[in-house]
Amino acid sequence: MLNIVWLLLLSSGIIIAAINGNIEVVTEAALGAAQSAVKVCFDLIGVMALWLGIMKIAEQGGLIKSLAKLVRPIMIRFFPSVPSEHPAMGAIILNISANMLGLGNAATPMGMKAMQELQVLNNNSEEASEAMCTFLALNTSCITLIPATIIGVRLSFGTANPTEIVGPCIFATGMAMTIAMSLDYWFRKKSRWGVKK
Amino acid sequence: MLFSALTIISKWAIPLLLLFIPLYGFFKKVPVYESFVAGAEEGFSTAVKIIPFLVGMMIAISVFRASGAMEYIALLLNPLTAKIGAPAEILPLALMRPLSGSAVLGMASELMRIYGPDSFIGRLASVMQGTTDTTFFVLTIYFGSVGIKKYRYAVFTGLSADVTGFIASLYICNLLFR
Repeated sequence: MLNIVWLLLLSSGIIIAAINGNIEVVTEAALGAAQSAVKVCFDLIGVMALWLGIMKIAEQGGLIKSLAKLVRPIMIRFFPSVPSEHPAMGAIILNISANMLGLGNAATPMGMKAMQELQVLNNNSEEASEAMCTFLALNTSCITLIPATIIGVRLSFGTANPTEIVGPCIFATGMAMTIAMSLDYWFRKKSRWGVKK
Repeated sequence: MLFSALTIISKWAIPLLLLFIPLYGFFKKVPVYESFVAGAEEGFSTAVKIIPFLVGMMIAISVFRASGAMEYIALLLNPLTAKIGAPAEILPLALMRPLSGSAVLGMASELMRIYGPDSFIGRLASVMQGTTDTTFFVLTIYFGSVGIKKYRYAVFTGLSADVTGFIASLYICNLLFR
């Protein structure tokens, strides 16, 4: 599916730019994007090093395992393929909590840690495991309790009530999360019925 | 009240984690500095591993965005989305939401500058910005960091969540702010 999406984005972009008569934007956009992608990754290095370092201390102190044990009753329902009390569970819950608090900088490295743990369970395959799909469905549709960025933008344009959007955001995200988790559950069941090789 | 409590939590969360985890490790007899450095070392390799995935994805998104294809799609979809109460101005933002976080933030700011943050469009743009995540960016980074190339149904699930978030934002904003 990703192959198709990628090809569609790229080719429709080029064709429409040609029709619009501004084909020169394509080269500029492609080269610019390639450079800024590398820049994004390099900007990630520092924050990644900081949190992966802290996570290592937490892991060796047994903190992540204790956390996994604590959240086991809930997590086991979402991630039946992950052994209970596996460190992946601890990293997942840290990532989701950081996301909910709007701490994007800390959330990403914790998410990477969770993906590493899940990838070990996945035998280093190139194909996503069920648990990874569930984790990302949860991650991308997760509620942000404090959408700090947009509140900042609203304030900068002189809103009378910067936080009035928080309730509606939580409602809309709640709906999105329900759909994502239901679909994910359905796919998991479906793939257990023999789609998986 | 609840909101200010949450703001305080998010302000304190990182300093407290940075204090608590090393202290806890120390009491558990972890060589804290050595462990930190060992973990931090992975930061570099993880970030570098993501590069090819992110380059590929950002090129496609950027070309698509620069071409003006979005305006055509918005034009095409408008008769349909107008029926469920979506102003035409908001459509490009909704379509961009899963693809690029910075683009959407720019679009939301622009809408608020033109219509004001407390207008219907300004509020709707805020809710949409605060609702779903940049699905493609997250999938690319997370899967890329462990070398996953086949995302299976994750793209579909993520996009369905985005569509749901869009419809739910429309519904709740029409209900509360119209």
